Amino acid sequence: MSINATLIGQMITFALLVWFTMKYIWPPLFDSLEERKKKIADGLAAAEKGQEQMHLAEKKATGVLKKAKEQSSEIVNLAQKRATEIVEASKDTAKKEGDRLILVAKAQIEQEKQQAKEGLRKEVAALALRAAEQILSAEIDKTKHQDILSKISNQLG
Amino acid sequence: MATEVHAAEGATGYIIHHLTPLTVGEGFWALNLDTLFFSAVLGGLFVWFFKMAADKATAGVPGLVQNFAEMLIEFVDNQVKDSFHGKNELIAPLALTIFCWVFLWNFMDLFPVDILPLVGSLMGIEYLRVVPSTDLNATFAMSISVFCLIIFYSIKIKGPWGFAKELMFQPFGPWLLPFNLLLKLVEEIAKPISLALRLFGNLYAGELIFILIALLPWYIQPVLSFPWAIFHILIITLQAFIFMVLTIVYLGMAHEDH
Repeated sequence: MSINATLIGQMITFALLVWFTMKYIWPPLFDSLEERKKKIADGLAAAEKGQEQMHLAEKKATGVLKKAKEQSSEIVNLAQKRATEIVEASKDTAKKEGDRLILVAKAQIEQEKQQAKEGLRKEVAALALRAAEQILSAEIDKTKHQDILSKISNQLG
Repeated sequence: MATEVHAAEGATGYIIHHLTPLTVGEGFWALNLDTLFFSAVLGGLFVWFFKMAADKATAGVPGLVQNFAEMLIEFVDNQVKDSFHGKNELIAPLALTIFCWVFLWNFMDLFPVDILPLVGSLMGIEYLRVVPSTDLNATFAMSISVFCLIIFYSIKIKGPWGFAKELMFQPFGPWLLPFNLLLKLVEEIAKPISLALRLFGNLYAGELIFILIALLPWYIQPVLSFPWAIFHILIITLQAFIFMVLTIVYLGMAHEDH
């Protein structure tokens, strides 16, 4: 149980081991630990960020949806209004057109009535003239009494 | 001290035989081959395992080996961060080496006391003491190395004059200079001695008790050696841990400028 040169040998071994550990073992393992720590932290941060962004997007989407709904209802309203307007307007024009047609028809009827009257009058005049002619043919010279005849004809018209 | 009486027979002879190292050479230049061999093999084991882990080290999902290595690295790193506040690239690897190496030394204690000497005797080796930490040379080699580092860093950080001032003027001021010096020297020298003797004493005693149990009749042996082995698992880890932590603390003190 004495101290001997083993001591020196052990010190050399120890020094070698420490040197090796310091040079080749500790740095890579420790670095990988640190790197993983960083990776995990980054991942967590990214996840949090992603969640936040998702929330934002959701909010935005709801906003857009709401706006779209508003717009669509506005459009529907406008269309309804326009349709009523169009219906009203067409009713108006239809009525006007109807009135006009009635007027035209009335005028036509009047005209036709006048024409019929004229025709009848002419026929009556011709008939009367022929009757008078036949009655008077014996005693009245047509050329002599031309004036009177045309006067009568005019009065009949 | 044991070499002269190894011829003794009976229980004493058995015990002495088990605690006698395999030595070549005489006097100071003698070498305890078993201590050198086993500590080198265990050191190689430690380095091989960690090198394997370090080569495959990845920041992604770690494998089993890397996981275990990282567990130890993190454990040692926490200890270093707790008791050492300076910046030094050496301390943490040093602490890891001490912890693992001492643990493996001590672990040899858990092999049944007769197995490896039996294998040795079959190969014609008469004496074989398999636990390096039952050799004062091994424990002192480590504690003296640590002591040298303490002195080196004390001088490096505080400067030669600063270190000398600390030795002379603390803790009682310049008027009690010789007393201070004596106190400080004892304090400094006590560090490596207590480190080495604590580890040596614990493991030597533990090994001795295993040997004593091995002397009992076979039917009693398991009843005693099983609980002692279980208890020893705690001891060997604790001793490795204490050696490491005290090394960190001492080097931390060497780095602190008053």
